[in-house]
Amino acid sequence: MSAEPPLLDVKGLRVSFATEGGIVRAVDGVSFTLAAGDVLAVVGESGSGKSVTVMTLMGLTRSPNARFEGKAHYRGTELIGAPEDVLRRVRGAEIAMIFQDPMTSLNPVQRIASQIIEQIQEHEGLPDRQARARAVELLERVGLPRAEERADDYPFELSGGMRQRVMIALALSCNPSVLIADEPTTALDVTIQAQILQGIRELRDDTGAAVIIVTHDLGVVAEIADRIAVMYAGRVVEEGTVDQIFHDPQHPYTWGLLGSITRVDRPRLKRLPAIAGLPPSLADRPRGCHFRPRCPHEFAQCTTVPPLEARLPDQPEHRDRCWLAPAEKRGRREVAPGEIGLEAKEGATA
Amino acid sequence: MARFVVRRLFQMVLVMFAVSILTFLIFNVIPNGDPAERMAGRQPTEVQIEAIREEWGFDENIVVQYVTTMRKVFTGDLQSYFTQLPVGEEILRGLPRTLSLAIGAALLWMLVATCFGLYSAMKAGKFADRFLTIIALIGISMPVFWIGALMNYYLGFKAGIFPNGGYVELTRDPIDWAYHLILPWTALAILFIGFYSRLLRSNVLDTINEDYVRTARAKGLSERRIMVRHVLRNSMIPIVTLWGLDFGAVLGGGAILTETVFDLQGVGQYTADSIGLLDVPPVLAVTLLAAFFIVFLNAVVDIAYAYLDPRIRLQ
Repeated sequence: MSAEPPLLDVKGLRVSFATEGGIVRAVDGVSFTLAAGDVLAVVGESGSGKSVTVMTLMGLTRSPNARFEGKAHYRGTELIGAPEDVLRRVRGAEIAMIFQDPMTSLNPVQRIASQIIEQIQEHEGLPDRQARARAVELLERVGLPRAEERADDYPFELSGGMRQRVMIALALSCNPSVLIADEPTTALDVTIQAQILQGIRELRDDTGAAVIIVTHDLGVVAEIADRIAVMYAGRVVEEGTVDQIFHDPQHPYTWGLLGSITRVDRPRLKRLPAIAGLPPSLADRPRGCHFRPRCPHEFAQCTTVPPLEARLPDQPEHRDRCWLAPAEKRGRREVAPGEIGLEAKEGATA
Repeated sequence: MARFVVRRLFQMVLVMFAVSILTFLIFNVIPNGDPAERMAGRQPTEVQIEAIREEWGFDENIVVQYVTTMRKVFTGDLQSYFTQLPVGEEILRGLPRTLSLAIGAALLWMLVATCFGLYSAMKAGKFADRFLTIIALIGISMPVFWIGALMNYYLGFKAGIFPNGGYVELTRDPIDWAYHLILPWTALAILFIGFYSRLLRSNVLDTINEDYVRTARAKGLSERRIMVRHVLRNSMIPIVTLWGLDFGAVLGGGAILTETVFDLQGVGQYTADSIGLLDVPPVLAVTLLAAFFIVFLNAVVDIAYAYLDPRIRLQ
């Protein structure tokens, strides 16, 4: 996989915003790579910096109060700090994004086909008729029934699930190499969620696009992702393959996340499991490991920031930011591997 | 749509009926309102006044008087009590002047306010925005009779750059027509420019943070297209609505002061003169016309709203 250069290479990305309450460090040194066909899930609580990370890649967080550091290489183009007109050619055409709330992410007074056509024409300058034909074809492909007729509907005439399909059709309209989905199923009900995820996965298979999916829903992750990056307070605290994270989680925060999944096939607990405490304010974060104040396993070394590195000799791609020795961790983990919200797969490593 | 039109027509009849009764009653209870006494000239005898009363029907029951007057409104026989000129003709003579003033001013204030409002929003918090805010507040605070009189005096009378009031028919000389109207248009538009640019600025700033604008940016559209197609298009919907209503209000009496200051001899000035004379027939007719314009433009605005925002349905 690492023979050719990755499609997207993010190194040491930092994003901070100057606010009245001080400087908010939303993203603090995030690095990852993405090859064609990869599905990377970025997981974390609200405010962990996951959305800011992906939106920064497209330059959507730019504002007079924002400061950016680090690099994000996409096929030889540096995205961070790129001039608007360079970025504009990447947006929609090379890297496309599906947003969280399909109810508000489409222009309410523009017909859906026109919103897709607009993007196609911006990047490829197709004549009206051809652009429309492509838009209808895309709507068919994402499963909008009677696409030819419904193409002239306004967003308010469609259900939430249908609108999200329109968003997906829009994102795919110029065959992007990277598809970013920012909580694409959060606003939808469960049955629709599965269909939308299925759709995204099929598209990855058809087009070979790399996918970054941002979510706080571990069910979504298990369904679709190859790799996971767990974010906490602006940092990646653990990353690895889906199997590694689900079956051998190394960071106590990941344990907490996985422990928070409720299961209907287990005896009902008195209280829903939750991680004690609140995420830190990004304007005033604790020294050292940011999870320290909420972590039951804190010890002296935690006041210095643990580096993100591989700590298990047999899992070189599995990295985490926790000072505890791996053997120690396995002893302290309250939930046994393979018991964490996901059935053990055949040949799972541990 | 048909149901909508029928309902609005019915509503229009009701409003105009109510307006006519109110206007008629008000002039009947105003002290010193007896037209016969004033029509009889200076130091009239009781006999003369009585004769006028009888001739014009002022001695009749008020209901009868109302019905007679309204019949005249519809047959076009309404006459001024004092000049004895037919009211219909007077209004028709003034209407092109009032329409010229109102249409030109409405276009001017919409155009300028759109530019100011959009520019202000794009420079929000910066010097240009603050400067335009102050200008807008000054504009809102200046009464039209004051700024109009100043403009007329300094630019018209003293400097002689513009004509000192008056009106030229559009059909006679379009350039002279516009030349005579520049000052009135500006004076009338200033207040609205202030309001509209402030309103558009805040609408644009709200819209700019909408999710669909972020989507538009993520699509790789040019900043210009984002601003025009997505931000301005959505920000303008409530403003276009307001525009229609304000235009109706200007036609229905909002231009009285401007017309008087610039001596345009339009319907507004006719109204002002007639009110001064407590001349019921012209005031009644003009009030009915104003009510008609306002109700009519309300309906037009509703239709326009449904067109601009497909989520709205007429019913």
